[in-house]
Amino acid sequence: MLQVFPDVKGRFGDFGGKYVPETLMGPLQELEDALDQAMEDQAFHDEYHHVLEEYAGRPTALTYADKISDYLGGAKIYLKREDLNHTGAHKLNNAIGQALLAKRMGKEKIIAETGAGQHGVASATVAAKFGLKCKVFMGEEDIRRQELNVFRMKLLGAEVVSVSSGNGTLKDATNEAIRYWVANCEDHFYLIGSVVGPHPYPRMVRDFQRVIGDESKKQFLEVEQELPNRIYACVGGGSNAMGMFYPFLEDDAELIGVEAAGRGIDTPEHAATLTKGAPGVIHGSLTYLMQDDNGQITEPYSISAGLDYPGIGPEHAHLFQTKRVRYESITDKEALDALRLLTEREGIIPAIETAHALAQAFKEAGSMSKDETILINLSGRGDKDMATLMEHFEEEV
Amino acid sequence: MLTKTSFQGKLEKTEDLFIPFLVAGDPTPSMTIAFALRLQQQGADVLELGVPYSDPLADGPTIQLAARRALDAGMSLRKAIELVPQLRKHGLTIPVVIFTYYNPVLRLGHDQFFELLEENGVEGVLIPDLPFEESEEIRGQAESKDIEFISLVAPNSEQRIKQIAENAKGFLYCVSTLGVTGGENKMTGESLAFIKKVKEYSPVPVAVGFGVSTNEDVKIVREHADGVIIGSKIIRLIENELDKINSGEKSGALKSFSNSIAELVK
Ligand SMILES: Cc1ncc(COP(=O)(O)O)c(C=O)c1O
Repeated sequence: MLQVFPDVKGRFGDFGGKYVPETLMGPLQELEDALDQAMEDQAFHDEYHHVLEEYAGRPTALTYADKISDYLGGAKIYLKREDLNHTGAHKLNNAIGQALLAKRMGKEKIIAETGAGQHGVASATVAAKFGLKCKVFMGEEDIRRQELNVFRMKLLGAEVVSVSSGNGTLKDATNEAIRYWVANCEDHFYLIGSVVGPHPYPRMVRDFQRVIGDESKKQFLEVEQELPNRIYACVGGGSNAMGMFYPFLEDDAELIGVEAAGRGIDTPEHAATLTKGAPGVIHGSLTYLMQDDNGQITEPYSISAGLDYPGIGPEHAHLFQTKRVRYESITDKEALDALRLLTEREGIIPAIETAHALAQAFKEAGSMSKDETILINLSGRGDKDMATLMEHFEEEV
Repeated sequence: MLTKTSFQGKLEKTEDLFIPFLVAGDPTPSMTIAFALRLQQQGADVLELGVPYSDPLADGPTIQLAARRALDAGMSLRKAIELVPQLRKHGLTIPVVIFTYYNPVLRLGHDQFFELLEENGVEGVLIPDLPFEESEEIRGQAESKDIEFISLVAPNSEQRIKQIAENAKGFLYCVSTLGVTGGENKMTGESLAFIKKVKEYSPVPVAVGFGVSTNEDVKIVREHADGVIIGSKIIRLIENELDKINSGEKSGALKSFSNSIAELVK
């Protein structure tokens, strides 16, 4: 049964829980109580869905990618267009939900971590919209490769805090956000951007992202009269994938999560957490993570800032262990090729994160039959990645 | 009422405890031994031996940097535990508490972890990211090996204070202010009331840590709690000596470290 997870201890099977310093146990309980109340309040749901429609522009479209489908010569490929969501990615769905909850709890200040900058932009956006003060923690390296999003956040009135520890990426930004929260939890709401962190975050973020899967299911049934055979989503922390998969968990559709293989899973430079990691604790949750033999967390690598993370949400660890979801990994190069293909054939420039899901689906589509169907979660648009794409493609274009 | 504390019978005192913290291997294992002995000379009652970790969530910049130095020099959970017999060989007699984040313990496996602790004569263990609700199994294992599992309690633990304090072993680590290690110690009326409340429930000495960095702080804590825990400040004192250590003036470094500690806890 779907509703069983997480249990009262915040566990998805063997994974999840609250592995945090004692000072965070109080704030997490306060959050859980407020969340439970809100989720039972019809007025809260109404307001959340109203903002999604009237402000974010939902429901997002389901697009039949006929040119790519013909080109690959196999399954019919559909795209769930989260790139058309306000601010350009699925991240806003969750930011709206949590911002409404923060307001309900009387917290006027929010903090957030960000990798690609999409969650930072979404947080800065809801802060502007709902009159909250916003501080975004971002790794030094990510600030460099996602320059445009840094400027967007600042324009929206947020403060961007540069984090230089580790590789200066999402893991380090998350560490710093948690440390800041420990010291300021009385009046700050920590708006986590993915289905990671201690209970109740993985559940909360999933529940604010399931709108993707709920809409997709309805839209797909309308056009195809049956559910897709396979559903693909990229996995960093795992929020767009969890949001898409969750409403389909009890259906027959095969679910495929795609991690970043960076320069290859046989090199040390990748972010393929489930493929290459081992169970352990990261950012307050028992899940899979990339670590060495001594239990030290190792530094991940991916061309895409949003997938460059050594952990993964605990519910994914559970779905991996129980084999309900198949997890694959895609290299930087494969992702860039898929990005080019979608751009040229369909006139849609996806985010590099998203391109990982596309690449895996494109690999498999050709060997499927023409009456089979594929649904890909197009988690975000590629505008933020122009600087990186220019480095790679400028000479060719 | 305070019952006699134990650490396998090695800690008889129940008040005025001085509990320093060192990061194992910062800057080298042999310097850790030398610093530990100086701390014992200056009246330390228990040594908290920190295992460096890549992502120490409860720690501020000072301990993060120390951990980095120690990791770069090759320290690990296993090596930190194996340092304990070395400390003994050089004359350390006070109980040692291994302070480690949970992930290295999980990687090793609970059973192997406790075997190592036992084999190497470790008296206590503290895992800052394993709160009461998640530590049932480990507390049981610690008890069966007669190793004290040190619990933490914070001002915002609220209704959990009673449960945590009543089950405390060894000493109870009272986090005096919200925040990570190395901040400022803001002993307000509120924190004093909190310490008082914790003492009502705790059968073991209540020691206060986080941000204790001046002799003044030490004196205030002594007045209200049974012990004082000093971490980041000691690391900073070690940092002050790094140049001397690197240029081979080890004994000068140790001497000035000792003097600073004496000043701090006088
Ligand atoms: C467009 C896009 N897709 C995917 C992700 C990865 O996050 P998650 O796995 O939580 O969906 C990000 C993260 O920044 C993103 O911006």
